[in-house]
Amino acid sequence: MATEQDKILDEVTKGEYKYGFYTDIEMDALPKGLSEDVVREISRRKGEPEFMLDYRLKAYRNWLNMKTPDWAHLNIPEIDFQDIIYYAAPKSKPKLDSMDDVDPELKATFDKLGIPLEEQKQLAGVAVDAVMDSVSVKTTFKETLAEKGIIFCSISEAIREYPDLVKKHLGSVVPPNDNYFAALNSAVFSDGSFVYIPKGVRSPVELSTYFRINAMNTGQFERTLIIAEDDSYVSYLEGCTAPKRDENQLHAAIVEIVAMERAEVKYSTVQNWYPGDKDGKGGIYNFVTKRGMCKGDYSKISWTQVETGSAITWKYPSCVLMGDHSSGEFYSVALTNNHQQADTGTKMIHLGKHTKSLVVSKGISAGKSQNSYRGLVKVSKRADDARNFSQCDSLLLGDKCGAHTFPYLEINNNSAKIEHEATTSKIGEDQIFYCNQRGIATEDAVGLIVNGYVKEVINQLPMEFAVEAQKLLEISLEGSVG
Amino acid sequence: MDNVIKNIIGKDISIGELFEEYRSQIEEHSSEVLNSFRGEAFDTFQETGIPSNKVENYKYTNLQPFFKGDFKFSIAPGKSEQNVEDVFSCDVDTLDTYTLYVVNGWYYPLNDLEGLPAGVRIGSLAQLSKDDPAFFKKYYGKRVPYLSDGIAAMNTMFAQDGFVIHIPKGVVVEKPIQIVNILMSEESLMATQRNLIVMEENSEAKVMVCDHTLSTDKFVMNSVTEGHIARDARLDFYNLQNQHNATTQVAGFYFEQHENSLVSTNNLTLHAGVARNNIELKLAGEHAEGRAYGLYLLDKNQHVDNFSYIDHAVAECFSDELFKGVLDDYSTGAFTGKIMVRPDAQKTNAYQSNNNLLLTNDAKINTKPQLEIYADDVKCSHGATVGQLDEDAMFYLRTRGINKEEATILLMYAFAYEVIEKIKVKPLREQIRGLVEQRFRGELDKCHSCVVCGQKGTEITCL
Repeated sequence: MATEQDKILDEVTKGEYKYGFYTDIEMDALPKGLSEDVVREISRRKGEPEFMLDYRLKAYRNWLNMKTPDWAHLNIPEIDFQDIIYYAAPKSKPKLDSMDDVDPELKATFDKLGIPLEEQKQLAGVAVDAVMDSVSVKTTFKETLAEKGIIFCSISEAIREYPDLVKKHLGSVVPPNDNYFAALNSAVFSDGSFVYIPKGVRSPVELSTYFRINAMNTGQFERTLIIAEDDSYVSYLEGCTAPKRDENQLHAAIVEIVAMERAEVKYSTVQNWYPGDKDGKGGIYNFVTKRGMCKGDYSKISWTQVETGSAITWKYPSCVLMGDHSSGEFYSVALTNNHQQADTGTKMIHLGKHTKSLVVSKGISAGKSQNSYRGLVKVSKRADDARNFSQCDSLLLGDKCGAHTFPYLEINNNSAKIEHEATTSKIGEDQIFYCNQRGIATEDAVGLIVNGYVKEVINQLPMEFAVEAQKLLEISLEGSVG
Repeated sequence: MDNVIKNIIGKDISIGELFEEYRSQIEEHSSEVLNSFRGEAFDTFQETGIPSNKVENYKYTNLQPFFKGDFKFSIAPGKSEQNVEDVFSCDVDTLDTYTLYVVNGWYYPLNDLEGLPAGVRIGSLAQLSKDDPAFFKKYYGKRVPYLSDGIAAMNTMFAQDGFVIHIPKGVVVEKPIQIVNILMSEESLMATQRNLIVMEENSEAKVMVCDHTLSTDKFVMNSVTEGHIARDARLDFYNLQNQHNATTQVAGFYFEQHENSLVSTNNLTLHAGVARNNIELKLAGEHAEGRAYGLYLLDKNQHVDNFSYIDHAVAECFSDELFKGVLDDYSTGAFTGKIMVRPDAQKTNAYQSNNNLLLTNDAKINTKPQLEIYADDVKCSHGATVGQLDEDAMFYLRTRGINKEEATILLMYAFAYEVIEKIKVKPLREQIRGLVEQRFRGELDKCHSCVVCGQKGTEITCL
């Protein structure tokens, strides 16, 4: 059986990235390199108000004095920040009324990705704000949402149209000097999404954005800001695929969520950027700062992520539980293969009373990859009756990969109930045997077991995403046996 | 007293400068083998210094402030003015043991070790390293991370004495070997102790180290115990810490285990000032079994940091870890449990658990159970909990007519007992059991075994 396993494993390691193609769209880009002038130019080209320029410049100056974080269990090659184009926009910037006006080549790209941007999207009930490189191209469902008072637009538009909202909330969760990559993003972010749900409104559709890194050598610096006012609800979906490229591409995004009283925000991600080829060449560097602030009492923020792509992932979606009775959730599946490295997890900061948090993390490592869970649960002194349960499991497929767990529990209140569990294992021979006995081939059995293993997390995803996520896992893991 | 040096460290002189200044005197009193390690250790120390909490492994204990101040340190054993046996009787007094004393890090010359099995050597590190350099060259410093860890480096720089236990092939030492470490001084004291345990093939021993303070002065103790456990050997190692709260103790326990060997360590901290334990078990031979247990009962402003590192270097090994803590008043605790499964260490089983009870809102616990796994055919798990007593259990007891205080004590005792029951030496287990129960009942307001308590006008407290 061992040889068969080796063969299957071999096949998996040779599995090539399915979404590797490149759209030829003319780009209007700034020259490579980063300086104060570049920051000013980005701000000027986007026609931003004065406060945004100040914000960017402050962040840029902070960034100059910061150092790349080296505490993660990652081996990050040195990044030349002067060799990156910080701004690239598709040249023709169409203002579109109908689907027919969309650049056919762009449309073809999305079709290849299987994004139902067209009519079927409406049936699926998903509004899409498609971001290609840095500038928002097409937004659907805007009117439906506008009726409810929901604002769903690109962040550049929001900066122009709703400067007060942006000024109030931008950087309130992730300050510009938060960390190295957050500072970089704050200085040069090009575009992203802005969501505002007014008081008492439940978003009738799931909001989704497809990010796509396209142009050569363009670091993509997305910025997402979600504001949920009292008693509102929104579910936000983010999905990523990127074309195949040999040079490493940097992606340093920020997602900020503010949830006011009794508001609930659900943020789901499926990330499948180019992970590099099977020799570890190329691939995206994914250094993301995601943080939600449960500002109001009884508010709730839930992160769900399925991470299968990127050469290096450095990502810790976190919840700051400020309001009393607020709660945070984190569900994650992180899959690494070949030479991928992932250091991901969450931070749950309990500040308010009666706060709850739940962490379910499932790591799967295969090939020669390294997969780490790094999490912090912090209960401050005044956070009475805090409750946390964390579970982080790792599954190892192959004997050359690594699975690591770095949980930090810092408890300063005696009424806290904190539980942390972690296990590491491979797929048991008895499990495979059991399936074989019942006529299920080894390959299918592995799929079955892995699917069962991640079910808890996948179940949290909205339906459309759950399907995509399962597909992704299948592609990456088809038939691998530990 | 020309061999006693007094300096205000941090103000007059740094630890590095102190070493440079007195290096020749230290070397004069020591053997060649011990001296041969000082240079490299010093180079490391110059780079690392005393670790601050910026160093990941010392994140929850900043040791730097404790290594500063007005300290005496000695480069040769002081003359014993008192017979330690007159001023001290150990907690475990009902136990029949081979007993030896180490005072301020120096092997006490009046140890009486009659009736040891033939071939067993127990003695002073300073003496044995002079008498048998070949033996020392083979083992000394081989397991201690003096090239990476600042504390281990400092210990290796200053190391002069401590105890040595050498059990030859096939010898089983039935009676436990008890080492009583005593800190007593007329002034604040910085002491270094270095111990070496060598167990040859198929030998067996139980070693019990009790740490005590016998005077109210401020102490800083840097102690390193190195153990080489050959194939089929079995070692039970207990460390009972009972020191007053002006003591800073940094204790490193570094064991290397070969095929089929078994090491069980148990760190019981009943009372301490600031205690940091580095417990490292390297499973270097197949089918080796390493067990690390610990219990810490803290109150007032005590701080205990248990850092454990189980290194599965080869396949087919087993490790089990259990650390439990009860934290009262303003005490702070930390636990790090690092399990490393190296590539090719297949069929590893490694389990770890850390449970904490916080009794007041001012007590703090930081725990970090950590797994690093590079092999796939392994079973590893860890768990960590922080909380209060189980409400259901409490309710059950209350419905049976047990009052709240009694029920609380019962449950806390039950919580701690899981670690106590791992103690294999029965009299010790009984003794600890009693101490813990008394401790929970608040009946241990005065220590029955040391001379510190009862001295009025001092803020120093003991059990």
